[in-house]
Amino acid sequence: MLNNKKNFLGKLKRIGGWEVFLLVILAIIVFLNTLRAPNYLTINNQVNLFKLSIEKIIIALTMTFLIINGEIDLSAPSIMGLAACFSAFLYENGMNMGIAVVLSLLVGLACGIFNGFWIAYVSLNSLVVTLAMLIGFRGLARLFLEDRSIGYFPDWFNFIGQKNLIGPFPFSLILFFILLIIAIIVLQFSGFGRRVYVIGNNKEAARYSGVNVKRIKFHLYMASGFISALAGLLLAARYGAVRGDTATGYELDIITMALLGGVSIFGGSGTLWGVFLSIMIILNIRNGMSLASFSGHYQTGVIGVILIFSVLGPNIANQFIAWSKRRKRMIEEQKTCESDGKEVIIETK
Amino acid sequence: MKRIYGRFSPEQIRVLFLMLLIVLVVVIFSIQIDDYLTANFFNRISTSVAIIAVLAIAQTLVFLTRNFDLSLGSIVGVTAYIIGQQLTRIPNMHPVVTVIFAIGLGMLMGTINGVLIAYGRVPSIIITISTLAIYRSFLVEYSHAIPITTNNLPRWVVELNKISLLTIGGLELRVLFLIMIVIVVIFQLVLSYLRFGRRLYAIGSNPVAAKVAGFPDRNIVFMAFLLSGALGGLAGFMYLVRFGNIMVLAGQGLEFASIAAVVVGGVSNMGGSGTAIGALLGSVMIDLLENSLYRTMAVSEFWRGAILGMLILLAVAIDHVFIGRLRKIWARAGFLMTQSEEDPEKAEVSSHVE
Repeated sequence: MLNNKKNFLGKLKRIGGWEVFLLVILAIIVFLNTLRAPNYLTINNQVNLFKLSIEKIIIALTMTFLIINGEIDLSAPSIMGLAACFSAFLYENGMNMGIAVVLSLLVGLACGIFNGFWIAYVSLNSLVVTLAMLIGFRGLARLFLEDRSIGYFPDWFNFIGQKNLIGPFPFSLILFFILLIIAIIVLQFSGFGRRVYVIGNNKEAARYSGVNVKRIKFHLYMASGFISALAGLLLAARYGAVRGDTATGYELDIITMALLGGVSIFGGSGTLWGVFLSIMIILNIRNGMSLASFSGHYQTGVIGVILIFSVLGPNIANQFIAWSKRRKRMIEEQKTCESDGKEVIIETK
Repeated sequence: MKRIYGRFSPEQIRVLFLMLLIVLVVVIFSIQIDDYLTANFFNRISTSVAIIAVLAIAQTLVFLTRNFDLSLGSIVGVTAYIIGQQLTRIPNMHPVVTVIFAIGLGMLMGTINGVLIAYGRVPSIIITISTLAIYRSFLVEYSHAIPITTNNLPRWVVELNKISLLTIGGLELRVLFLIMIVIVVIFQLVLSYLRFGRRLYAIGSNPVAAKVAGFPDRNIVFMAFLLSGALGGLAGFMYLVRFGNIMVLAGQGLEFASIAAVVVGGVSNMGGSGTAIGALLGSVMIDLLENSLYRTMAVSEFWRGAILGMLILLAVAIDHVFIGRLRKIWARAGFLMTQSEEDPEKAEVSSHVE
């Protein structure tokens, strides 16, 4: 038998191979950073890491759901920008900030519904729709603010983004952990979550077994729009000012966080534990590069390379495993055939 | 009615419809705006269409194989900058050498995309969204944010944009426009008559069938990205000729413009249908709208993104609803074999199973 051979990769897979791999990488990065800066592993610094890109992290949660579902939302950063600009626009025109925030959240929800309608019910390709809306929603955001920058929000709004709520933790970080727990429960331990996986694995099979594919996709896009708007408002609160190009180019980081976490771009696999680990890795890498005084553009380039390798690596590994299995089976068949002494045709597939 | 459907394929009807729409747009604007249909306007549009159309052809090649190339904007920026920098250093570089250098640079970047997508089996959206960022950040680091200015460029580059090969009553046939025409004609012929072109369609309409039929599918996808990069490089050269001043952010957003042009021009995002002529018409449509809308007082230039996005969505939705229906009628009329009606979703499912 072949199975009694010690298969390292198989063993790793059983204990959640990718997550272990991420954990090792994370440990190495943290170790290297600690060597460089002794204060690195303090709570304040780690909280600060989260604070600096909390908005992307929050959207990475909904993006995980969508990618597991076999779809993608490239328009999320534009919805962030649109919500932030819309609230600033209303505030500038004399509206109460509280009402403006609520209205902006509704706008985000509307964007999600818009995306979801085209993708789930008209069944257009999600890539094209969200790409179009990446441009479209950004264009709308520009319409509201044109080239201006708006700041001087009320104190409570700035307080949400900039000050700590409990101990060293700001509001946005606490919100993130609440959302993370909700997301884990929904995706990993609920019927809805199982359906999300099933749809990602095989849409047709899911439909035939009575899963309402369209409604689930629609709900996911709604959630994505709403959470994106929320993240956009948090960003506005943290910066204290909004411009038309707020949050451009965030899609790269967000998708990298999801895919590095072991979520398959083809849908159907991945866990939120993995995504959380990859979030930690990316934050620590960015911080490490800042410590080594690399510029922001350099960091973006590195994130791009990480994104490529986080998909390329598993791909190559899978191809190698498939190849070696095929080869083993061929050798096995050849042996049995030789012992039988019959003429055979070896199947290569 | 059936006779009309029979004579033209749905794709041809679509191209005719787009032509009609362009004429309609021109007529409407010429009523709205005084002095709209002047020679000067044609000259300006023709040069700006040239760049987008070349990029749209590049995007078409990639779209036909069911892929995306989002890195085109950065490829244009990088080539325009590097060519401009080399020209300021070596002013007496021969024009032909310069163009070949630009195409080569673009090809190099296309090769990186192509290898990772075709042989690494990574979805093109992931690769090109990364290389969009990587090439751009390379440019920022490489240039140290120092712009290229017109004054430092050799004279021929600056004058090339203004040379008119043929002037008929103020309408000028400029060099950039000529380059575009040549590229469109070449690729229309390649796509309709060459084996490579037909194989692009085959892979796009059914990747599994193409593979089973023994097509070198990886090589063809790789070639598509290689050519797309090369055309991106050429567009970078044209960008330098047109603008002269190259900033670090040059060419940003052109990838979206090219996708909009291609989708409006009827190249399907599910692969397997679309023509170079369609891509050209799509670019004309988009550029016409962009350049004309600002001249009406009602619309400010900040509408650009919103309009572009809505155009893409509208084109995709109309295609999805109407072309599918047209194709069914066409098939019923007996001019199309049943297999080309195949549901694209089914093909996808089978590729997942594999």
